[in-house]
Amino acid sequence: MSASTKRNWNWSLSVGFLFVLAGFLSYPFFARFPITRDFPWANFLLFGVGGIFLLVGLVRAFGKPQTYRGKIVGPILAVLSVVVFGFFSYLIFYELRQLPSSTGAPHVGEKAPVFTLPDQDNHQVSLAHLLSAPASSASTAKANAVLLIFYRGFW
Amino acid sequence: MRSFQEKLSELESRGIRVVALSVDVPEINRRQRQKLHFTYTFLSDPKVEVIRRYDLLHAGAGPQGTDIARPAEFLIDSNGIIRWVNLTENIAVRARPEQVLKAFDEMEQGGTTAAQ
Repeated sequence: MSASTKRNWNWSLSVGFLFVLAGFLSYPFFARFPITRDFPWANFLLFGVGGIFLLVGLVRAFGKPQTYRGKIVGPILAVLSVVVFGFFSYLIFYELRQLPSSTGAPHVGEKAPVFTLPDQDNHQVSLAHLLSAPASSASTAKANAVLLIFYRGFW
Repeated sequence: MRSFQEKLSELESRGIRVVALSVDVPEINRRQRQKLHFTYTFLSDPKVEVIRRYDLLHAGAGPQGTDIARPAEFLIDSNGIIRWVNLTENIAVRARPEQVLKAFDEMEQGGTTAAQ
């Protein structure tokens, strides 16, 4: 037993796992910026760095068991990391792409379907009104175009 | 949504009126708009009538399996004709203001363009 206490703590394993966790948990932060949201490369970078540390830790634990700890905790953290990475990839490459094809959506060159809906102050607003009113309160000329953004909602 | 607020003055200076539309009721839109300091118009379609008319219904994707809109952006000219459409294939990837400004500039030059 005394021999095992002299072995070095295999910090590479814990550091690697922390990077993997950071890769997953930092998604809401990086999703705030289009450049790191369109493709979450920053998250994958963190996963990659975590993977390298874990690999180094595992090589140490199994290659030099006299010097390093981690033969039990190493595989556990590695498996957990693979699960976390797998779940993240599932969300990014599958779940986020589950959208209706919307083949019946109006195409370029077609007349935009008309509508009248309440705005944030409960005033009824029609497409015709939007097209005939100024683009902003700073202007008096009628708008040149309307950008209509459909979004999922805040709920 | 935030990126369009950040570029709003540039969009408005070209005469582009920015309007957002979702299933949220006006009260939620009013609060979120204030909280996030958005100044453009938010329209409310809780009965998904207009969302359905534009074939953008994402059935069961909202809270407790309610119907919501899938993300989509349309640039409509002053005659009510659609001049540019963006139908994303990934919820996380939305149109950027730069794309809209480019589409508008090309439209003003007499060309037509489609993002997809």
